Amino acid sequence: MSDPLKVRIRTVLKTAGSLQQGVEAIRDDSDLHAAGLTSHATVSLMLALEEAFDIEFPDRLLRRKTFSSIDAIAEALAEIGVRDEAA
Amino acid sequence: MTDPAASAYRRFRDELLHHGLLISMGVDGLFGRSGGFERVLEGVNAAIGAVGDVDRPEVMRFPPGIGSLQLEQSGYLRNFPHLAGTVASFSGGDDDHRALLDSLSKGEDWSGTQRPTGVALTPAACYGAYPVVAARGRLPEAGALVDVYTWCFRHEPSIDPARMQMFRQREHVRIGSPAQIATFRETWLERARSLVESLGLPMAIEVANDPFFGRVGRILANSQRERSLKFELLVPIVAEAPRTACVSFNDHRDLFGRAWAIEAQDGGVAHTACVGFGVERLTLALLRHHGFVPGDWPAGVRHVLGL
Repeated sequence: MSDPLKVRIRTVLKTAGSLQQGVEAIRDDSDLHAAGLTSHATVSLMLALEEAFDIEFPDRLLRRKTFSSIDAIAEALAEIGVRDEAA
Repeated sequence: MTDPAASAYRRFRDELLHHGLLISMGVDGLFGRSGGFERVLEGVNAAIGAVGDVDRPEVMRFPPGIGSLQLEQSGYLRNFPHLAGTVASFSGGDDDHRALLDSLSKGEDWSGTQRPTGVALTPAACYGAYPVVAARGRLPEAGALVDVYTWCFRHEPSIDPARMQMFRQREHVRIGSPAQIATFRETWLERARSLVESLGLPMAIEVANDPFFGRVGRILANSQRERSLKFELLVPIVAEAPRTACVSFNDHRDLFGRAWAIEAQDGGVAHTACVGFGVERLTLALLRHHGFVPGDWPAGVRHVLGL
């Protein structure tokens, strides 16, 4: 929980993810789709992440897998240059 | 850059018009159909019906419109805003009528005098069925199986005669448990393959995705492909590529079950699936592969179509 990037992802997930359970119950490597992240919630999450981090996901990352866990999202964000200390 | 297939589309369209099979209406993607075209199309439709009738589906026939609210509820506007069409009509008083007459006399834009009617054009034949089944309450153990056939509208004007704006779909819709959905899809993949084979058409069945709008649509399209939720039976019509989807097999999971609150037998959310046949496309495929004179087609094909 100390990773500031993942803390910020959690904040976004809390409002945009429409998950059945609370974000607190989700581990960094938990499968978000299994936790109830629907296709449309994935879209909302993507848009919310773009707004929160002021980025635009490139086409190659516009896949379900990119948003499959907090770890996966962090990895994608890192790949497009978002740094931990950006918080 | 021009579409390399464009001249092939135009050529095929002109041939269909020349043979009097399609009738020009002056708008891309809108055509009249001749009696000869309709005889083949009705043969195709009847052949599909004959294959599905063994399951004793409930037959429902709807007009080519649904309530705008249903379109909204289905998620169609969110996913395919570029394809959706709604009906607008004049609903003003004398002053508005005067404004309309004024615009008409000056040849100006009169669309401002039109207001939404609450009616949307049907984007896919199955959309009529879901709210009806949902309104009946909890599904029986056997689930529901519905046979629908209607005109559909999609706003994609094209010179490709196989991409019409108004066309008919014959669909079978399955509503029930995930296991019932899986059986339905397997059964229809096989049935469609053998039906199209009996029509003497080359084909391939491949994983596909719907044309979701925009950047967010890429996630939905990729996700649909990764989970193999949509298959299409493709036939080369104008050329070897791109081929035309003549039948589509769609597993919606619980998307429509949630949208319309369709209650499954176990009290959960029902799953849905549909298999949709584009009857104009199959007719065009037959005309392309067997020639413009149905009387000259192979006897076996004519037999399947009752011609």
